[in-house]
Amino acid sequence: MKFLRKRLDSVKHNFEKGGKWEKLHYAFEAFETFLFTPNVTAPLKGTQIRDAVDLKRLMVTVIIAMIPCLIFGIWNVGHQHFLAIGQEGETGVKFAIGASLVLPIIIVSYASGLTVEFLFSSFRKHSVNEGFLVSGLLIPLVLPPTVPLWQVAVATIFAVVIGKEAFGGTGMNVFNVALTARAFLYFAYPSQLSGEIWTYLGEGTQTVSGYSGATPLAIASQSTGNVISDLNSFGTGWGEGIYSFWNLFWGGIPGSIGETSTLMCLIGAAILIITGVGSWKIIFSVFSGAYLMGLFLNAVGSTPMTEIPAYYHLVTGGLAFGAVFMATDPVTAPQTEFGKWFYGLFIGMFTILIRVFNPAYPEGIMLSILLMNVFAPLIDYFVVSANKKRRLKRATV
Amino acid sequence: MSKIIKLRKGFDIKMKGKPAPTVVDIGIPETVSLKPSDFNGLYIPKVVVNVGDTVQAGSVLFHDKKFEQIKFTSPVSGEVVEVLRGDKRKLLAVTVLADKKIEYKSFEKFHSSEIHKLSKEFIQQQLLESGAWVNIVQRPFGIIADPDTSPKSIFISAFDTSPLAPDYSLIYFGNDQYFHSGIDILTKLTNCPIHVNTHASSQVSPMFSQVKNARVNRFSGKHPSGCVGVQIHHIDPINKGDVVWTISPFGVIQIGKLFLTGQLDHSKIVALTGSQVINPQYYSTITGGSIKKLISENIKNKNSRFISGNPLTGTNISDNGHLNFFDNQITVLPEGNQHEFLGWMKPTLSKLSIHRAIGLLSFLAPNKEFVLNTNMNGEPRAFVLSGVFENLVPMDILPTHLLKSALSEDIDELEELGIYEVIEEDLALCEFADVSKHNVQKILREALDLVRTS
Repeated sequence: MKFLRKRLDSVKHNFEKGGKWEKLHYAFEAFETFLFTPNVTAPLKGTQIRDAVDLKRLMVTVIIAMIPCLIFGIWNVGHQHFLAIGQEGETGVKFAIGASLVLPIIIVSYASGLTVEFLFSSFRKHSVNEGFLVSGLLIPLVLPPTVPLWQVAVATIFAVVIGKEAFGGTGMNVFNVALTARAFLYFAYPSQLSGEIWTYLGEGTQTVSGYSGATPLAIASQSTGNVISDLNSFGTGWGEGIYSFWNLFWGGIPGSIGETSTLMCLIGAAILIITGVGSWKIIFSVFSGAYLMGLFLNAVGSTPMTEIPAYYHLVTGGLAFGAVFMATDPVTAPQTEFGKWFYGLFIGMFTILIRVFNPAYPEGIMLSILLMNVFAPLIDYFVVSANKKRRLKRATV
Repeated sequence: MSKIIKLRKGFDIKMKGKPAPTVVDIGIPETVSLKPSDFNGLYIPKVVVNVGDTVQAGSVLFHDKKFEQIKFTSPVSGEVVEVLRGDKRKLLAVTVLADKKIEYKSFEKFHSSEIHKLSKEFIQQQLLESGAWVNIVQRPFGIIADPDTSPKSIFISAFDTSPLAPDYSLIYFGNDQYFHSGIDILTKLTNCPIHVNTHASSQVSPMFSQVKNARVNRFSGKHPSGCVGVQIHHIDPINKGDVVWTISPFGVIQIGKLFLTGQLDHSKIVALTGSQVINPQYYSTITGGSIKKLISENIKNKNSRFISGNPLTGTNISDNGHLNFFDNQITVLPEGNQHEFLGWMKPTLSKLSIHRAIGLLSFLAPNKEFVLNTNMNGEPRAFVLSGVFENLVPMDILPTHLLKSALSEDIDELEELGIYEVIEEDLALCEFADVSKHNVQKILREALDLVRTS
């Protein structure tokens, strides 16, 4: 490693002020600090020792928490492909097909996003923030495997520029970056992001007879009788029991790359909660909000959608993925601990409301998180005001 | 009378280099230095001595240009050898070459039974004249107490929860009489409640537990439960317009001694601590004393940082520096001026973290004493993670919001969020734990000065 350090030190002056590649200073800094933690010591006055944590490690923790979803998602893309064409597939082949579709999306997402980040850091003269390391993987996980790559690039660039840099960069953004990308595609290119787009069929292949790529929520919204029996009987002939409760939980269903498996999301949640990186309050309250709203609709509703058992809501759509990886984004969530409870509850409740009452958008988690992103500062405002009032009250006593 | 207050939030930083309970007398330090930077709220110091002058312990070295009655006096007798100035002739330090035997300027002395007869004016005059006044710190803002104000209460923290902190029952041993007289004098001076706050779980020296004329409160909990600001918050919180004084046990003892012996005695016991010290233990020295004698042949290697104070709030003073006025601890830590290959990713059990992010394993060893260096362990970033500071400040205060309004210099918001209740030490743990590596204490001090001078 000494060799590497020496090489870095010998070229470093080129990137300093007045050097040959002065403009690339922040890119070089990002690269250098990736390899070596800096030798900067605490200032003269103040805390002389610092916690071993830094933002890089925090972000890597989130990435590791997403890996179960990613690996499962890669397998599932292949798995759905074989289900649709009615053939048996080897596990290895399933992974291979999945990887050939998913990896290019990830590469395009990182390449386009990081390019924007590096450009902005040079223009605005600040260090490259690590935030995009997470967003860059989140974006592919919430997209269908069939999404055109150019759309991935356009959406990522839009999300980073308009969703983040326009507000002042990492830490200042109002909207979750990955969801901004998703929402952009959803509204800009609806034809590629709705309907039966969730399964990769491959060129020149025939789907098995009776096949339908409809998602559970689509089936539920079109159901006229009992949603659960419709779901259970779906897939007869080619994918028996594909929308049974446990298969929904396990995740072997069509959907966005990383968000089909509630189980994998829960593993991710466990990693985030144990490491303290994700707020357990938010994760828990999103699930609670969704469940409570489901129960409430069971009690008062009379359409087939309102009669879906509340626990079914927890395993369908992207609820789990949204609760674990999107709602917990510390920048766009409330910053008061008390506010986090309300934030999560409202996300859960709105998700189910949108699902049940708005057939145009059967998946509500994206919209409800973006909506609550807007309200997060308001929630904080109330919590902070309460704190101020307590202090004022004390003064008069 | 006595309350027990349990504080749940906070964190104890356990480090290698705890002082052994032995006190070594190495005599009077060669030089003693008084630094204006130790006193917040000091307007402009006006030096009244010249290099070459001889002074007694208790003779004035400089005073505040704005409040001339606030005097800063020499802790020892000897010859003024340096008046150190920095940019724009800002006074940095006045250094005195100490005599082998200290000659004290004499002030009026009394028997302990005579104290109750003294007038408030006389006490104030003698405190100001002798320089013992500057022991009194005024909240809000943690500044030198204004003689023209009267506080609503006085707080004394009788324990220190900072990392490697000295044991108060050892460093103040044998001063019971002076401490008790000091309390009597403060009562006479202010006629307000005095709170002596002790630790609930450790054995409390009778000096504190048997004090008369003061309320003894008991606190339990991790650091910063020993910080006097936290204690004030739970007993008699500071609102806009309130004035509270705080004073260290050393200050109380010094005031007691001043009136009982007629001398300004600055001799104190300090702890030499830290993983770089070969024999960490206690030494007798003098306020502002040079640390040279203490550290000679007692340091493991040269790449060390010499800190006056504890690792959370201390100042880097280098190996030939002088103790800061209020400190009773010197910490020597390894400098962290090395690069580390993939240091942000490596799993580590040797670096302390209050976080549990991937690879930070120190939470598995809650009782381990860590060897920590001065590396920043990361680069400055925007505030990202939330909820961490809130678990480290055992007060009904929102530290993240307070710091954000400090950065945006929003005075109204700072007032409403409780800037009057905190000084640097109360939020020092946040600076340690911050993922984004902000200099929290500096940000806070700038905000305190902004609100104070607005």
